[in-house]
This record gives sequence, structure tokens and C-alpha cells, in this order.
Amino acid sequence: MNIYLTQRRQAAKKKMNQKAHISFKLNGEPAEVAFAPHKTLLEVLREDLSLTGTKHGCELGECGTCTVLVDGRSILSCLMLGLDAEDREVITIEGMAENGRLHPLQDTFADTGAAQCGYCSPGFLLAAKELIDKNATPSRDEIKEALSGNLCRCTGYIKIYEAVELAAARMRGEEMELPREAVYGLE
Amino acid sequence: MTDKNNGKPLNVVGKPFRKVDARAKCTGQTKFADDIVLPRMLSCKILRSHLPHALIKNIDVSKALAMPGVFAVITGTDLPISYGILPVSQDEHALCIDKVRFIGDPVAAVAAIDEDVAFDAMNLIEVDYEPLQTISSIEEGVMIDEPRIHEYGDGGNFHKKVSLEFGQMDEGFAEADLVREDTFFYEGNTHLPMEQHAAVAHFDSDQKLTLWSSTQTPHYVHRALAKVLELPASHIRVIATPNGGGFGGKSDPFNHEVIVSKLAMITGRPVKCTLTREEVFYCHRGRHPVLMHVKTGVKKDGRITAMHFKSFLDGGAYGSYGVASTFYTGALQTVTYEVPVYKFEGARVFTNKPPCGPKRGHGTPQPRYALEVHLDKIAEELKLDPAEMRRSHLVKANTVTANYLRIGSMGLGACIDKVVEGSDWKNRFSWNRDAAVPAAGETPGNRKGIGIACSSYICGAGLPIYWNNMPQSGVQLRLDRQGGVCVMCGSTDIGQGSDSILAYIVAEILGIDPFDIRIVTADTDLTPVDLGSYSSRVTLMTGNAAIQAAERARELLTLAVAEKLNVPIENISFAERRAFDVENPEVGLSFAEAVVLAESKFGTIGTVGSYTPPRSPGKYKGAGVGPSPAYSYSAAVAEVDVDPSTGIVVVERVWIAHDIGKSINPMLVMGQVEGSVYMGLGEILMEEMAYRGNRNVVHKFPSMLEYKSPTTMEMCDVKTYLIEDPDPNGPFGAKEVGQGPLLPVPPAVANAVYNAVGVRIDEVPITPEKVLKALREKAKGGDGRFGPKSVPNVDWPEPLRVLTPAEGGDGKEMPRVAVHS
Repeated sequence: MNIYLTQRRQAAKKKMNQKAHISFKLNGEPAEVAFAPHKTLLEVLREDLSLTGTKHGCELGECGTCTVLVDGRSILSCLMLGLDAEDREVITIEGMAENGRLHPLQDTFADTGAAQCGYCSPGFLLAAKELIDKNATPSRDEIKEALSGNLCRCTGYIKIYEAVELAAARMRGEEMELPREAVYGLE
Repeated sequence: MTDKNNGKPLNVVGKPFRKVDARAKCTGQTKFADDIVLPRMLSCKILRSHLPHALIKNIDVSKALAMPGVFAVITGTDLPISYGILPVSQDEHALCIDKVRFIGDPVAAVAAIDEDVAFDAMNLIEVDYEPLQTISSIEEGVMIDEPRIHEYGDGGNFHKKVSLEFGQMDEGFAEADLVREDTFFYEGNTHLPMEQHAAVAHFDSDQKLTLWSSTQTPHYVHRALAKVLELPASHIRVIATPNGGGFGGKSDPFNHEVIVSKLAMITGRPVKCTLTREEVFYCHRGRHPVLMHVKTGVKKDGRITAMHFKSFLDGGAYGSYGVASTFYTGALQTVTYEVPVYKFEGARVFTNKPPCGPKRGHGTPQPRYALEVHLDKIAEELKLDPAEMRRSHLVKANTVTANYLRIGSMGLGACIDKVVEGSDWKNRFSWNRDAAVPAAGETPGNRKGIGIACSSYICGAGLPIYWNNMPQSGVQLRLDRQGGVCVMCGSTDIGQGSDSILAYIVAEILGIDPFDIRIVTADTDLTPVDLGSYSSRVTLMTGNAAIQAAERARELLTLAVAEKLNVPIENISFAERRAFDVENPEVGLSFAEAVVLAESKFGTIGTVGSYTPPRSPGKYKGAGVGPSPAYSYSAAVAEVDVDPSTGIVVVERVWIAHDIGKSINPMLVMGQVEGSVYMGLGEILMEEMAYRGNRNVVHKFPSMLEYKSPTTMEMCDVKTYLIEDPDPNGPFGAKEVGQGPLLPVPPAVANAVYNAVGVRIDEVPITPEKVLKALREKAKGGDGRFGPKSVPNVDWPEPLRVLTPAEGGDGKEMPRVAVHS
């Protein structure tokens, strides 16, 4: 855990009997929450807001599993204090679908097998969303670079690359299907 | 058995449907164990030993108990009954009673109002230890008899010693033109599932216990809880939550599962324990470090005449699956290339480290690596193309091996052909590459090389873990009058898609859409037993059980529909949510109407199906490990780029062909192949459970930052070929894919490194340091090899001798001949 966070946590813990309170924008809606002030954003989301879609793999900033978007940038929610989310805009996996319609990335991750156990998927989806929000035509190398802070133990990443490429194409309005060899193997 | 569909074309099987739970996983809706929150739930923290080997003299929990917010503190005496996954290794206690055996062994547990209070209370527990001598390696396990880590086993710190001999070894080696011996070491590594293990227990006012846990084996957890808690099994319900990755690491009954159950019983409140990442490293049960020696006799054309394989396993502190792991390091050498006579000696020692167990490929990646690199060296000595040499001596389909494994379909030849063709092997491979070591003062560029390896894996173990005559898998089907179908099965989805496989198969047989089906799995109250997600058994076994249940339901529907339509029963077919007359397809009715007719005629429609593997021809003691209803096959070519100035190995591409029998869903098969290549890549290049060398056996880096695993930047390109050669024992001909494709990757990379720079790294992982050492040694005129030089001397038991099938054997061991001195 980084020194800044440790110090902030310790300072906050001294006032533990008193809950902190913040207002912020969560998944497009105004939100308020009260929580023990030493809690990380990850803990606030999961424990105080019951948004358990955000997962944890290490709680030390090593695996990318807890990635959420803060003001459009992907951050590790295990390394950010809940207090620091005041007045910010936070998007979690629960906020990716809009009006009951899945985000194109969610569609392609589900359809291509990019989610196996699914535990790292929320983090990958939000990291990928940041990428294609900024770059509508990411190359394979740009995708690898953008997702290099997220670990997946199931897929070998390949189906994830394919899902991101497919979603980016669809968001550009292009008709695109997975190449045959990605689904059936080479002839 | 491949025609499960009355000749009807397949509408679901073989098609790339998305998984039935895929959208839930992409929207955050899937509830993993730590996502479960119950009212008034307490948090549990477990105090773990900081010493590797010590007697517990006293535990004082009074300060912890006195802390406000603490509801209960328990120690080993609260849970005195031992358990373990194998009936022969019931050597674990949920909390250590009089002795700790590794750093991380649990000693006491706290239930408190929240995690912070539980953590602070845990740190107030005082334990007095009396340290004991530490046993830290295979060599020490062999040499040091006292102190013993356990009071059982095969003497000293040997957990298990086995010696099996199939056929006349002397004659086999005498027939050989070349006899070669090599020694290898495969370092241990761990599963590293993204989800840390978690469990929630609730003990209700009717004295019934419910446990939600991220486990791959709810049935075995159910059995262990009944034993340790002394509750009737009928009062315990185990629900396996979707596993956030398993890879074998969630296959044992774990202490935290027992502990939260006990704490829930004591406090009357739900209790949750979620392990930290550091604790997951201590749970381990991962790949055994294995030291191996292999001696093989071959003819000039590479045909094997005899093989003697020895393995030494560093088991860590407990038994776990270790007896099975030991046998597995010697079982599957015979199922790829013909081995007419074969001897295996294996020993597992206890050491004061986290216990090893089953990781993807359970006990076979280590010997497969050794065997495939060994064969590469043999091919070079014989000046043979290593791909052709392997291709020429394959085990034949529908035969029985020297150690009595019955081979069914065998697609390895086709696998080799595909990767040889795809990689342009014939034009690119040669033993006569330039010597790779640059002359002094030269600044060489990177060197590329390619290497090949093959492998095979079981599709489910032939025998269950505890002896019984019941099926290994059961499926129950309920059809409701509105056309709904519910499939219930004890299998556990760990991400491989086993829930979806059930839906695809039932949908195919009943002619409905897989997304019409409700899947209920891994709940010991609701679902018939399936033994769990291990040994690559799930698709084959639950698939066959699902076929039986669905065919029985279809039969009832057929009878009712045929009567209604007044056509012969053999004319009734099911597709597109309809039941119809195949001769007049417009004559028919909807699936829901068919269920109404059947329910009117027979009453509520529910059917069951089950699967028991065929009996193995091997009857000797030890024949239980290795038999399987079918064997999958894989071949891989790896292309590497090695920088001789740094020793860094980059794997650029892997061509891999996998004999799947028949893909139930090719997209999911591709995902398993790619994920296996990834995991094999991590094992060969970087992953290792390493311990500090100061004899304290502290894990060197129990964190995801420092336990290196491949990121997107290290993952290679993968060219996959799926070989479909249906196996008569597989559902629709399907075989496994979850584990097999990992196996050829490490040796293919090792062989490619040799092809690139001319050094043999006979120790996994192949780190830059090892490559550099070998290159420097070679530059000084050495043999350019990095690896173990010898194996310990072990007092092996008299081998159990079995005549091979070719010698007219009956699968039983021969009577021991008394030796008089």
C-alpha cells in the first residue's frame, strides 16, 4: 500500500467513531454515502453502497481487478480513499449498461468468451471503456498497452483483445464479426 | 454413442453460443462468495503461524476475547477431528492443536463485529511456540528422519513411496541401440486465481448449517464438514458460489470453511471469512516442485524399448491430493508414444512449506516437461527430426498400454501434422544451427528458435476419491407445463463453462434454445452429486449424465406426442422448440404443448441421468491413478526469441493443436486452449513459489506484484487447431480441453530455447539468469546446460511387478517372491 494512503488511513482511523459523509456522482446519478473515514473507495462501493460488481484481487494495487472510472480515468479503487471521491464522477460496472441496454463492450465480452470466470471482467471492461472512449480505433498493441495493468488468469487475454476490437468497430458503426479462426481454430 | 440425436443435424452442439452466465459476469451481477452479505454477519480473521515448524506450548486468547466487538475466539481444541481430501491423508486440523507445520498454518480464529475489530483482536492472541528443526527441501525430506513433520507415511519424512514395474526392464534396455539418462527439476508454482477464497456460514434456528464457499468440490466439503463438526450430513448444505478462477486451487476442503461454520454455530450469527492475497499464497495446494530422473532405451529410429522414470515430490506440510499427485507423475508417460516396458519410482516428502496439491494438469506437467525435453535430446543424438520421431511411434487407438491404461480415440498424429504444417517446421527446424554463443567482442542480435512437444491428459479420473460404487455424476431434469426446463447438477462452474455445457446438451436433445433453460448447480440440498470440477471430468461425465436425463425426458414427451399426432414414435423429432413428425414437419406442436401432453399422461415430468466411468483393465495396487474414459491429445510448436546478452526469452508464438474429440462449443474450447497456453507460458518463463533461503522457509513474495505472472505484454500469439476425432465415451464424442493444452507448452519452449541459443535449461522456470549462466558456461567450453546434476538416493520399496498386456498379463500384480538370505 502506498505511503500516502497508509498515512491517510491512519489519520482517518483516529476519528473512526465518527462517519465521514460525501456527495458525488455515481453511475450518472447524484449519490451520498456515510462510511468509516479510513475506507477505500473499493470498500465504500462494496460495503456501504452494496455495489459488489467491483471486485478485489489483492487490495494492494497489483492486479487491476478493482478498476473503476473516476472522472473518466481508470483508477484502482483499492488505492483511493472514499473521502477523495467527494464531488467526483465515478462509474462502476453497474453503470456501464444504460437504460437496460448493455454497453457494446459488455455485449462483445459476453459473446466472444472474453469473460471466463468473470472475476476480472468488471475491471477489464472499465479499462477498455476508457481506452475506446479516447481512441475509437485502437490497434492490437494499443489494446495490450491499455490493459497491461489488469491480470486475467483464465483467457490468456486473446478473447479480451478480440472483444475490444469487435466493440470498437461496432461503436464506429462498422459491421464486424470475429474471424472464423478465432471461434473454430485454423483449418 | 456419437449419434445422440437420432440422425438429426446438430442445432446447438458445435455452435459458438455465448455462455448462459456470460452477461451476468459482464454486468457485475454474478454473486461470488465475498459478495454475499447477510444481516448481522460477523467477520472472521485467522491467526497463522509465523514459524515453519514448532510445538504449540500455550495459546492465550483472553485479551482477544475481552475486546469489545469480539463474539468468539476458537483454537484447535474446539475442532479436534482431522480431515483431508484423500481418505488416506486425513492429516489436517482446521486449527493446529499441538504443532504448526508451515508459516501460514492456522492457529486461532476470531469472529467479530467487523473486519477491523477481528484483525485487531487476532493480534492480541498470544501463542508460545517451541521451534523445531525445519525440513525445507526434497533433499532434506529424504535425509532428515527426525523430527517427523507427520507421524504417518512411509518412514521419516516420506509421505509416500511407490515402485511399479511393468514388464521385463532388462530385456527392454538390452534391445536398445541407445540408452540415455537425464535429470530435470520443475519448480513449484501456484494457481493465483483472481478471486481470493471466501466462505460464509449460517447456522439457523433449526440447527441446520449452510455454507457458501468458493470451492470447486462442494461434495467433498460437505463430507468434511459433517465429519469435523459432527453434524448429520443431512443438516449441512454446501453451496459452491461461482468460482473466480480455480485451476485446482479450490479443490481441497479448507480450514477457513470449517472455521466459519464452527463460529456460526457458536455465535448463532452468520460469519464470513475472505482470505487476503497473502493468505491465498499460504493456502496454495499448487504445483509440486518435482525432481526427476528419466532413463530411456531407444532403437535407431527412435522407437522406445524401455523407460525408467523416477520422481521426487516436495509435498509441503500436508497430504492434500499428494498420493494421487505422486502416482500422476508416473502414470501418463505411456499414453503418447509406445512404451513396451516401463518402471516408475516416486517419492513424496513432507516439508515445512505451504501444502502442494492439484494445479491444472495435476502431477503431469512436470514429467511431461522432462519426457519431452529428454526425447528432444534423444532425437538430436540419433540425428532425427524430433517431430517425425514422435510421429512415427505413437500409441495406437483402441489399445491398452503397458501400465494398463485403455486408449480410445487418439488424435495426436493429426495434432503433430497441423502444428508442423502451420509453423513451417520442415523448412525452419534443423539440428545444425550455428553455434549460438557469440565470439568475444561480438555484439550478436537476438536468436530465434523453434521447438516441439506433445502431451496427453485424462478426461476425468476413472475412480472417485473415496471408494464407492455410485455414479461420479448425476443430473436431474424438471420440465414444467409452461415449457420451462430446469437442469440440476452438482457440478461447479469455475469459469470453464460447465453450467453452459449442461444447457447446450439438454437443449440439443430436447430441441429447445439453451437460453430457455434454468441451470441450478453446485448446491448439495438441491442438486444430485457430481464430484466436482477437477481432473477434467466435468464435460465428459456431466455431459453423459445430462444426455441420459434428457433422453429419458424426450422419451416421455415422444410417447405423448406420438399418441396425440397419431404417428409412429420413431417419427417424432424435436427442434426449434417444437415436437413434430419428421415426415410431415408441419404436423406438430410446441415444446410446451408436448410437456402438457406428457404431464397429463404421466404426471409431473422429472427425469434423472447419471454417469459411471467404465472399469479399468488395471487391477494392481496403484492402478487407480491414470485410468480415464478417454484421453485428450495436444501438440505444440513454440517460437522464441532469445537475447544472448541478457538471457531474456520472449515467446513470440505458439502453434497448438488439440484433439478435442468433438467441440460442444468451439468458442469455449478455443478459450480453454488459449488460457492453457497462457498458464503454461507463465510456468516455463516466470512463475515460481520461491522461499527465502535462510531456512525459515518464509515465502519470498506472497503478492501478485512480485509473484510474476504474464500480463498482456508477455502473452504470446497463439495459432490454434482443433482436431475432432469423436471418442465413443464422450458426450457427442467430446473430450477434455481445460488442462491438456497446458502440458506441451513448457517443454516446447525449452526445446525452442535450445534451438535458438544451444543451451539446455533443464529446470523450470527458464529465467534470464539461468540462460545467461548456461551461455557463459558454454562459452568456457562447458556443456551449456543448467539443471540438477543428480537425484537423492532413496531406499525404494521392492517394486510391484505387473506383466504387460503384450506379455499376457491380466492387470494384476505378480505374487511377491520371498527372498531368503
